[in-house]
Amino acid sequence: MQQRLYRLSAWLPVLLLLVGWHYAAQSDWLSARVLPAPLAVLKVFVALAASGELLVHLQASAARALAGLVIGGGLGFLLGVLTGVWRPAELLLDSSVQMLRNIPPLAMTPLVILWFGIDETAKVFIVAIGTFFPLYLNTFHGIRSVDRALVEMARSYGVRGVNLYWQVILPGALPNILVGLRFALGFMWVLLIVAETLAAPSGIGYLTMNAREFMQTDVVLVGILLYALLGKLADVLASLLERHFLRWQSPGALKGGAA
Amino acid sequence: MTALTWHQLDRPHHGAHVTATVSTQDRPHGLSLALKAISLAFGQRRVLHTLNLQVAAGQFVAVVGRSGCGKSTLLRLLAGLVQPSSGQVTLDGQPVQAADGSPDHPVRLMFQEARLLPWKSVIANVMLGLQGTDARVRALQALQSVDLADRADEWPTVLSGGQRQRVALARALVHVPRVLLLDEPLGALDALTRREMQALVGDLCRARGLTVVLVTHDIAEAVALADRVILLEHGAVAVDVDVAEHLPGRREDHPLVLAALEHQLLQRVLSGAPASAEAPTAT
Ligand SMILES: Nc1ncnc2c1ncn2[C@@H]1O[C@H](COP(=O)(O)OP(=O)(O)O)[C@@H](O)[C@H]1O
Ligand SMILES: [Mg+2]
Repeated sequence: MQQRLYRLSAWLPVLLLLVGWHYAAQSDWLSARVLPAPLAVLKVFVALAASGELLVHLQASAARALAGLVIGGGLGFLLGVLTGVWRPAELLLDSSVQMLRNIPPLAMTPLVILWFGIDETAKVFIVAIGTFFPLYLNTFHGIRSVDRALVEMARSYGVRGVNLYWQVILPGALPNILVGLRFALGFMWVLLIVAETLAAPSGIGYLTMNAREFMQTDVVLVGILLYALLGKLADVLASLLERHFLRWQSPGALKGGAA
Repeated sequence: MTALTWHQLDRPHHGAHVTATVSTQDRPHGLSLALKAISLAFGQRRVLHTLNLQVAAGQFVAVVGRSGCGKSTLLRLLAGLVQPSSGQVTLDGQPVQAADGSPDHPVRLMFQEARLLPWKSVIANVMLGLQGTDARVRALQALQSVDLADRADEWPTVLSGGQRQRVALARALVHVPRVLLLDEPLGALDALTRREMQALVGDLCRARGLTVVLVTHDIAEAVALADRVILLEHGAVAVDVDVAEHLPGRREDHPLVLAALEHQLLQRVLSGAPASAEAPTAT
């Protein structure tokens, strides 16, 4: 009961903001050009959704985000595993990767546009770069911080080769890997927004930039809210993954799950 | 056979999976151990110095000594995890092979920390590296012998320190070892849990006729549990006490003899010159 109250109270500031916004807009204190009323934004949202336009842009953005994450995050994970478990790979690659990591992905934009033009590849590439590093770094670090005593124990019980990685090293590194994934999901949206506002034939970034041309502040707001929602969705997804894969860390949850 | 009374948890394992050569009833299941003129150095540091030790099959030996005197190294030697600079280690007359995890390796090691995989359930931890279709049944039996069968499906994180050590013991015993090496396995437990664990370890090992080498810093524990107590000093055996000889029959019938023995050993440990250049407490 009390917990539910706490959870509800987290929404209170949002609610107050909406109410304040609503009255500010109604009293003509805020011009619709600066900030349209919340109900107007909602109306545009519904209209865009009903026409199917919203879905098209959502799909385009989500596809780019996902492609970038799978390619960049996937490569980061694989390379992190490689350097984590194989010393020669670490010697060869790690310091170079650490150096490249200091370049902000967006600083690459002019170069990326020169390479790929402004089509899909460029956007996916930027997202991929941004999601590569958090997964690489955390996977590498996670594997390196697996308890040596546990590895030695498992070896002495005949767990070796692929089994050793599957049963001991990866589960031991998983808390770190999931932290990396959480960061990657955060970067993914930020980078996608910027990439899509540069130039795109579709996507939420296109939607907002197009609306800006026509001074449709309400549509711009819909786009911004969508980004907020998608960001939140990614966050929830990450914490669901954590709750599932790391349920051994908070044993209270055990009774609930089918162990 | 010395019967340490505590609730009798042990159920003799059904020998289905044992290579039908040993009968636990007739002769000890354990192997005899022999260390002949063992010297071992880590770089400049000489840890063991022409150490000689013979342990009969099925004997329970406790090793005591100051921190850093080489007790853990002795166990690692017996497990084949380190090689001596000179000398020979044999199990039942055969040179030891490294405890490389082959499923039927006769030697198992247990440490001060339980070393359970926190992301595996209790029973999955016991089944680690266990082969065969009856792996789960055997793991459950092993858990039963340490009285934890009802916790089989829980995460190790929810268990107490003593319970975790019992799981680790079950994990070692499920492989039907013939030599059990215990490196201060009870050192981190509270006094009461420790008493219970001592009785359990004693019972389980004796019922199986295992050869046991128990490293402990608690001389009372050594005297209460072992047939024989060895003091390691300057890299060699300094004192070798046959407890069974002092105490025929049930041990708890002779509390005074036990106490006296403990006192003597303690005095002896304390009087001994500190190990050359007192080492930082090594694990
Ligand atoms: N792998 C190693 N490399 C170098 N020195 C070691 C190693 N293992 C143990 N030692 C040293 O050997 C000595 C004995 O260690 P150990 O057998 O762990 O002592 P104990 O278990 O009796 O406390 C210590 O001085 C320790 O620092
Ligand atoms: Mg030690």
